Amino acid sequence: MNVGASNTTQADIAREPVTIIRPPRGWMPINLRELWAYRELLYFLTWRDIKVRYKQTLLGFAWAILQPFFMMIVFTLFFGTLANVPSENIPYPLFSYAALLPWTLFAEGITRSSNSLVQERNLLQKVYFPRLLMPLSSILSPVVDFAIAFVVLFGLMLYFSYPPTITMLWLPLFLLLELILALGVGLWLSAINVEYRDVRYAVPFLVQLWLFASPVVYGTTFVPERFRVAYGLINPMVGIIDGFRWAILGTEPPSYLLIASAAIIMVILISGAFYFRRREKAFADVV
Amino acid sequence: MRIMNDIAIKVENLGKLYRIGQTVGYKTLRESLMSVATTPLRRLRSTSHEPSAISHQSNYIWALKDVSFEVKRGEAVGIIGRNGSGKTTLLKILCRITAPTEGYAEIHGRVGSLLEVGTGFHPELTGRENVYLNGAVLGMKKAQVEHKFDEIVEFAGVEKFLDTPLKRYSSGMQVRLAFSIAAHLEPDILLVDEVLAVGDAEFQKKCLGKMDDVAKGGRTVLFVSHNMASVQNLCVRAILLESGQINMEGSVSAVIDKYLGSGAGKTGEVCWASPEVAPGDNRVRLKAVRVVSEGCVKGDVDISKEFCIEIDYWNLQADTQRVISIHLLNSVGTCLLTSANLPSASLTPDPWYDRPYPHGLFRTSCTIPGMFLNEGLHSISVFITGSFLQDVIIDIRDILTFNVQDTGMMRKEYTGTWIGAVRPQLDWRTVQLGEEN
Repeated sequence: MNVGASNTTQADIAREPVTIIRPPRGWMPINLRELWAYRELLYFLTWRDIKVRYKQTLLGFAWAILQPFFMMIVFTLFFGTLANVPSENIPYPLFSYAALLPWTLFAEGITRSSNSLVQERNLLQKVYFPRLLMPLSSILSPVVDFAIAFVVLFGLMLYFSYPPTITMLWLPLFLLLELILALGVGLWLSAINVEYRDVRYAVPFLVQLWLFASPVVYGTTFVPERFRVAYGLINPMVGIIDGFRWAILGTEPPSYLLIASAAIIMVILISGAFYFRRREKAFADVV
Repeated sequence: MRIMNDIAIKVENLGKLYRIGQTVGYKTLRESLMSVATTPLRRLRSTSHEPSAISHQSNYIWALKDVSFEVKRGEAVGIIGRNGSGKTTLLKILCRITAPTEGYAEIHGRVGSLLEVGTGFHPELTGRENVYLNGAVLGMKKAQVEHKFDEIVEFAGVEKFLDTPLKRYSSGMQVRLAFSIAAHLEPDILLVDEVLAVGDAEFQKKCLGKMDDVAKGGRTVLFVSHNMASVQNLCVRAILLESGQINMEGSVSAVIDKYLGSGAGKTGEVCWASPEVAPGDNRVRLKAVRVVSEGCVKGDVDISKEFCIEIDYWNLQADTQRVISIHLLNSVGTCLLTSANLPSASLTPDPWYDRPYPHGLFRTSCTIPGMFLNEGLHSISVFITGSFLQDVIIDIRDILTFNVQDTGMMRKEYTGTWIGAVRPQLDWRTVQLGEEN
């Protein structure tokens, strides 16, 4: 046998990917290496969502600003002025907008990701890719809206003469935590939605409920001290929103609440990832 | 080691169990909770020790069972079979879109799959943007798309419309662009479903040529199709699937002959004894399909004689309307004609068209004139729908094959092959236009 030839054969085998197909069994972890291999597709899916989002609208990306901005006006009117909700000595518009920013991102993220698999059923049934890319790209695309809406925050800060502080450097950390939470929730909801379309009706309701369960229109100090740990444990958005407020406006730092929230976020993400992987194999058959 | 390396696709005892009936599709949470609540009860009641899935065996169907085969590197293999024979399920498993219930498969090399052209196309994006998006969906790297971009656009012939949103494209242009991207995929192994069913004939030919290049370029191709002509052109070997199992594996021409011949053993008739075993559902069941010429059921019809395609069926739902349609195909799978008992498609309107059917047995027949089809094997596909034509109750492709025989009618002067899909006698006339040039 020709030694040279067999050498190239060996090299070929090493280079060549081998796909093994077997019936799925049990719980599988996320295949990170595969996700990495599909990073370009994630980029294109996210890019498509961003591109398509405001196509054929008159106001275009202005919508990204209008939504949180008008929410802020409404909240200021009803909660700030009429109901006189305490805002920790910060002008109420600024106080609520600093929380509306992360809230809008989160609400968009879970709404879009919960529908992502069902909406792209055609893609699910015609091509293979790690299904996780679908909810993931729906979480990432609203970040653009978030960035645009952030500009308004600087306007408000200027208007109420609140100079940017060094603590704002912490924002990426809170943003990351928030995206992880949105992904965890999105993984659960999108996978359940494939089988049970109830999710579609439940999500808007859930988002509304969650908004009032989070310190958006009020501050965490509004909650009695002895319930606060439980509050942060039950609702991981508490630590995140507190973090945003602290980094932007210098309110009470989130401290132990943040740690509680971060722990819950990790639990949601990991359980969501396992649940998603378990259901993944049947998506194309069930959706 | 060497043998391993020669194999591109290896499939062992692959099987896929599908659930059918009411539980297909998505459930609501309530149904699922109910079933969780009642399961222990059912377990108590059932005396057998079998798991509940087995006791409801009738709700399950093996779309694929014990399928094993190997495809060598650089080989182009066609997979043929009737609707529901498991072709697409097999392909979906190999593409990893759906998981098998049992068995094992391994694929050596980068896989490109094409179950549909233009998957992931977005109407709001421009042609240019869609090329990148679709390329990414099909597994191409961005650099690869960039490298091939001009070629893709030129092949599709859409240079002028690159920055126009896709929704402004004609459907033909969309298909051309979609196929062009797919044709420029360069995987080691290409898995293709019948994507060639779309597009105009000329473009189809161009695409077939392109795929042929792929196959000849040493790549492995697994090609699922109804179109025998393209299977024959593209593949050397073929696999015939029937009810989820491999019926035959061999050279393309042998397998195609078997496929076309298996319809009815060329007796000119297929029939079912009772509605319980017949195809269809609780609305209509098919009883028989036959070819009748000169008063008898025939597997071979004389090219010069007219014949009837008779379709017998039980109508099981009173006060409903039925529309019967056929496709007539030749031996390479080209559809020669589509017809139905619609008034506009009939010489004289069918009296039962538009009339509510009571329960009972019906026969709809269609007469095909003599001196019309060319000689050779033909096949019939039968469709029965409600008055709303999208409501398909029965859809059986290639249910029956028959042979059209040239008995010498048109063999008097020319004895070679009359090329063409049909062979009608036409009006020919020559007149002399002058005495000199």
